[in-house]
Amino acid sequence: MSAPTSNLIEVRNLYQTIGNQEILRGVDLDVPRGETVVLLGQSGGGKSVFLRHLIGLMRPLSGSIKIEGEEIAHLDERQLEPVRRKIGMLFQDGALFDSMTVFENVAFPLRERGERDEKIIRNKVAYALELVSLQGQEQKMPVNLSGGMRKRAALARAIISEPACILYDEPTAGLDPIVSDTINRLIRRLQSQLRVTSIVVTHDMISTDHIADRVALLREGRIHFDGTLNQLHSSSDPLITDFIKGRSHEID
Amino acid sequence: MKLSYSFPLTRAFCTYLGQAALLAGETFNSILAGRIRWRLVIDQIDEIGFGSQAVVIITGVFTGAVFTAQIFFQFSALNMSTAVGPVVSIALCRELGPVLTGLMVAGRVGAAMSAEIGTMKVTEQIDALRALAVNPIDYLVVPRTVAMLISMPLLVGECIFFALIASYYVATQILNINSVFFLHHMWSYTHGKDMVMALTKGFVFAIIVVIIGCHQGLTTRNGAVGVGRSTTEAVVISSLTILMFNFFLTMALNIVFPAGVRY
Repeated sequence: MSAPTSNLIEVRNLYQTIGNQEILRGVDLDVPRGETVVLLGQSGGGKSVFLRHLIGLMRPLSGSIKIEGEEIAHLDERQLEPVRRKIGMLFQDGALFDSMTVFENVAFPLRERGERDEKIIRNKVAYALELVSLQGQEQKMPVNLSGGMRKRAALARAIISEPACILYDEPTAGLDPIVSDTINRLIRRLQSQLRVTSIVVTHDMISTDHIADRVALLREGRIHFDGTLNQLHSSSDPLITDFIKGRSHEID
Repeated sequence: MKLSYSFPLTRAFCTYLGQAALLAGETFNSILAGRIRWRLVIDQIDEIGFGSQAVVIITGVFTGAVFTAQIFFQFSALNMSTAVGPVVSIALCRELGPVLTGLMVAGRVGAAMSAEIGTMKVTEQIDALRALAVNPIDYLVVPRTVAMLISMPLLVGECIFFALIASYYVATQILNINSVFFLHHMWSYTHGKDMVMALTKGFVFAIIVVIIGCHQGLTTRNGAVGVGRSTTEAVVISSLTILMFNFFLTMALNIVFPAGVRY
């Protein structure tokens, strides 16, 4: 294992295909510790696919992915487990376990990591649910929650074991502006209080402006832009300005 | 290389066999390594074993009853009605008990496993498990396999037991076979090895149902349609595999436990 660098995640020359379609065509991206990097891009552009590589849910065709200096691209499922304990992931639809209550879902990572003290579990779950404003919903089943509540419960599950890094797959998609703002503030708060590194896949520019330290734009399988928010907004690149302003150039 | 183009079915069959064998290998590796969540095993025994009892008992009772009646109708014409007991009992132990239990459990439990795991797959719950550093095979397949290995031989025994009770009732109360003759002959010709054969088949059918059910679930794609397809395939493939394996098991086990008369 190489010495730790200031980057928590380093991705080099990542390639992936799905069927006959090239989804990622040489992605390079560094994610410094403690920063929030927002990955923008069109729907179907490979953002979620890229995110899934960072936690080993997909294996690259070629290229390198280093988490805290450790190469993970070639690791098998069991070897990936220690890496996955450092990273939390919020799935697009939450992916809560629908056979469990909200409490059991949020407590799941603690129990699986060997915590047996019910009092500690109860306190940690209560704190995590308070962070996402879901107090009092412990005994509900996921099917009885709204989309926003499901996402917040999933976020509580992702943060309860205090990972060094959280991957967010479209955290505000399909949510009303108030709930979106709650999630944005929470991402910010996790970063400022716990120094959590975050990678957020989204195409929500309001959310991006709120949370990003750095922004990367994925286009045609490559990182087209990588810079600060100010650099993004001051860019004269028509592809970037079109994306920010939501212009499609289609004739009416 | 040409094989895949010339024989797509052969390739699909070999791929399926390979994947199922790999899943079975990983599952038994985990069991031997002691990665067993006993709380989940108990939940599964409740679901698989306890929950299947009604289905298995009803199957046993009516199979025992109808088989007894049919054998009686044939044998009484030859004046061999006292042979009804042993024929029914040996057929139930060696073939009907394990096969019918296997088929009923494949329909009830294999389908449920495939549907549940398949739904978890298409709603990213399996990926969520992996992202939380929990191996889906350890969490989902191992408890179901251990529960099936415990439950299935017991269910086979239960099916045979209730089938024999029904057989006794039909033979003695409806068909007027002398109960002493019936029991004496049944006891004389039915050996411990017949029961061992039943339980051995139960073990093998348990592995077939659980591995095929879980494999179908874990490879589900295409949303709700895919879950439906996986569930159907789990039942069809495991039922056919049980019937095919049963023949080879019978031939192999007959070498170890030859059928025959004890004098």
